[in-house]
Amino acid sequence: MPASDGSEGQQEFQKWYQAQFNQVKPKPPIVKNALWAFVVGGLICTFGQVILNYFLGLGLSMKEAAGPTSAVLIFLAALFTGLGVYDELGRYAGAGSIVPITGFANSIVAPAMEFKREGYVFGLGAKMFVIAGPVIVYGLVTAFVIGLIYWLRH
Amino acid sequence: MDKKHGKQSISFAAPPAMTATATVAGPMEGDGLLGGQFDRILEDNLAGQDSWEKSEAAMLEWAIRTAVARGGTLADIDFILAGDLLNQLMSAHFAVRGLGRPFLGLYGACSTMAESLLIGAILIDGGFASRVAVGVSSHHDAAERQYRYPTEQGVQRPPLAQWTVTGAGSAVLTQGGAGPKVTAATVGKVVDAGLKDVNAMGPAMAPAAADTLWHHLQDFGRQPGYYDIILTGDLGQIGKKLLIQLMQEKGVDIAANYEDCGLMIYRDDQDPHAGASGCAASALVLCAHAYPLLVIGRLKRILLIGTGSLHSTTSYQQKESIPCIAHAVAIEA
Repeated sequence: MPASDGSEGQQEFQKWYQAQFNQVKPKPPIVKNALWAFVVGGLICTFGQVILNYFLGLGLSMKEAAGPTSAVLIFLAALFTGLGVYDELGRYAGAGSIVPITGFANSIVAPAMEFKREGYVFGLGAKMFVIAGPVIVYGLVTAFVIGLIYWLRH
Repeated sequence: MDKKHGKQSISFAAPPAMTATATVAGPMEGDGLLGGQFDRILEDNLAGQDSWEKSEAAMLEWAIRTAVARGGTLADIDFILAGDLLNQLMSAHFAVRGLGRPFLGLYGACSTMAESLLIGAILIDGGFASRVAVGVSSHHDAAERQYRYPTEQGVQRPPLAQWTVTGAGSAVLTQGGAGPKVTAATVGKVVDAGLKDVNAMGPAMAPAAADTLWHHLQDFGRQPGYYDIILTGDLGQIGKKLLIQLMQEKGVDIAANYEDCGLMIYRDDQDPHAGASGCAASALVLCAHAYPLLVIGRLKRILLIGTGSLHSTTSYQQKESIPCIAHAVAIEA
């Protein structure tokens, strides 16, 4: 084992230790996590489809029904975040509850709730987008790039 | 320099006594393995305060006041040494705001309990104080939101992750006096094992703990068996395994009498993943569990190795590895 102190041999120690660590590092239960994500993510999407069908049944067009469907899902995710349920779901479902629009709502409501204690402007207002902000930024960048490609090809 | 031993250690000519301790813990900790041994268990993590930070400060203030009241008054305390995990030691500063005693704030991340005992004992043995109160706190929700995500965020924690303990512990050290004595200590160096995964704090801290333990044994010419139990602060399951391995590499077998405080707080079915962490992990185990056993003589000698991971949110966003520290304090009945 290389020496852990002093600059000499420090890099060797770090390399050796990283290898030791990798040997005992517990692997996340990928199959279980993937199953949870599949089932929960699937259920959220199926539920979204039920809501969409309801709005279509009221005579809205596909384009018109998309907005209210998202709004209902966002409202429910915000409500369940406030009730302290959504994070419990996320603990098991992982990506299954992060990727759908409900996860996006959760990522805005969670910091908003928490930073309200620092006031409505620099707390809630400023911190609300700490997690969702990057998603919006890179979502817009991606949309711009795709739009550019589309425009160039037509 | 006759109190300095070897490269990093010190012993006390007139070992200060730990005359009293006090602990307060959150509801999850209260429901855990040491539940029956805490002085007070909060009903919820806010405990009537309007923020988690205030709740943490109130816990620390309560712990210090309670420990001090067991055999004295605040006016007799020469110095208070305290620390916590929050930025600018928010909990410690607000906890001592109303205590009106000379105060030194300490930051050693989760090693702060050992660090404060060490410095408190130095103050007393050096003749600068006759009574010192030490205390530390941590709060799961306050730490989560500072270091990781908002608590209601639906994130999945990796199996390596540890659960920050909600609680506070305090102890009173006095010159003379009855109680277990702080006899020796080893001051740790900052050791950076190069790990960058902030979920791997236990594994990151294990080399610092190994370095301090090794030097402690060398400086005093002791074997691990000298102690009834060697307690590390919050290495967790994986860090504990790595420390045993690291010591084996140096030819020292500690498996027989070594435990980690991070594995003594929660039951497995409470799902803490790799174990408990936070300043309060070692403080609760020491003050609520080991201390009473030392007082009744069930334990004769223990070595507490507080372990701290010294990264910040800024350092890991700048892709720095995690520098760690460990301080050892020997307490003997």
